[in-house]
Amino acid sequence: MSNFLDRLLHRTPNSADQAKERLKLVLIHDRTDMPPGMLDALKDELISVISRHVEIDPNAVRIEMTQEGREQRLIADIPLRPVHRRRTG
Amino acid sequence: MAGKVVTITSGKGGVGKTTATANIAAALATAGQKVVCIDADIGLRNLDVILGLENRIVYDLVDVIEGRCRLRQAMIRDKRLPELYLIPAAQTRDKSAVSPSDMIRLCDDLRPEFDWVLIDSPAGIERGFRNAVAPSDIVVVITNPEVSAVRDADRIIGLIEAEEKGPARLVINRIKPGMVKRGDMLSTDDVLELLAIDLIGMVPEDENVLTGSNRGTPVVMDGKSKAGQAFNDIARRLNGEEVPFLKLEDEGGLFGRLSRWFRNGGRNE
Repeated sequence: MSNFLDRLLHRTPNSADQAKERLKLVLIHDRTDMPPGMLDALKDELISVISRHVEIDPNAVRIEMTQEGREQRLIADIPLRPVHRRRTG
Repeated sequence: MAGKVVTITSGKGGVGKTTATANIAAALATAGQKVVCIDADIGLRNLDVILGLENRIVYDLVDVIEGRCRLRQAMIRDKRLPELYLIPAAQTRDKSAVSPSDMIRLCDDLRPEFDWVLIDSPAGIERGFRNAVAPSDIVVVITNPEVSAVRDADRIIGLIEAEEKGPARLVINRIKPGMVKRGDMLSTDDVLELLAIDLIGMVPEDENVLTGSNRGTPVVMDGKSKAGQAFNDIARRLNGEEVPFLKLEDEGGLFGRLSRWFRNGGRNE
């Protein structure tokens, strides 16, 4: 119902929700001493290492930090490309 | 008696550490417990004025540490609550006048004589914070439902864990229930989800806190203000009682009620 109303009234997310979302990210970086830009660098390196062994789609790779209690987890989602069989003859 | 040492800290300044210390101490003393507060904010002494004891200071914390007076002489007894004592901070020195091991020694001397030793920590994460936390059995972190206070609380919670003084317990201070209802202030649940520690109190914004500090009378002493009630509940929880969390009343007025009605899809409640 509230989602429906939100869409109906073109409401932007309220300021408390914005605060919470911003804080989620800030706390992850504070706790791990990992500046926001480092995740991108890590992603590029991961892609280059993994591509040496299997074929992946670099654009589909997603790396994110999640929070469980006060513990941080680095989640990497790396879809593999299907093997293209070469036709002979 | 084997008193417990409770440190009240926050990281960020101005969130209500001193107010919380004064009120929790007064609440415990009202309940018949023997309490001593230590103002560990050397150089920025304030617990004395919040408790209304500023005119009775002769010796301070640094005088005790440096042996210029006996411990007894630096303890100011509150005349309204005879079980409440204050050891004031020195005003003309800085945090380096005291070390964490000085604080541990001091608290070891106080533990046999008191039920509670409450330490009002300075803001920040440096020496003053480490002094305040070193002798602590229980650390209480105060925050406000606001981005910078929550961020600093998270930092301090991490440091408390690193010092092996955790898990810290959280007080959310200065909540405006009307703003929370409107979605313009982080709710208790939001803050708890972000910080992932146990709650020990939520205190509503209350003008009585300011009038109380004007008079040097902590709000718990007036017995009826909402903030006073909330601080009293914190004291009881520290004391091991199971106290249900007080529902902060909706003060959203007509708009709040209407928007809630819409959110509920036209049903009341």
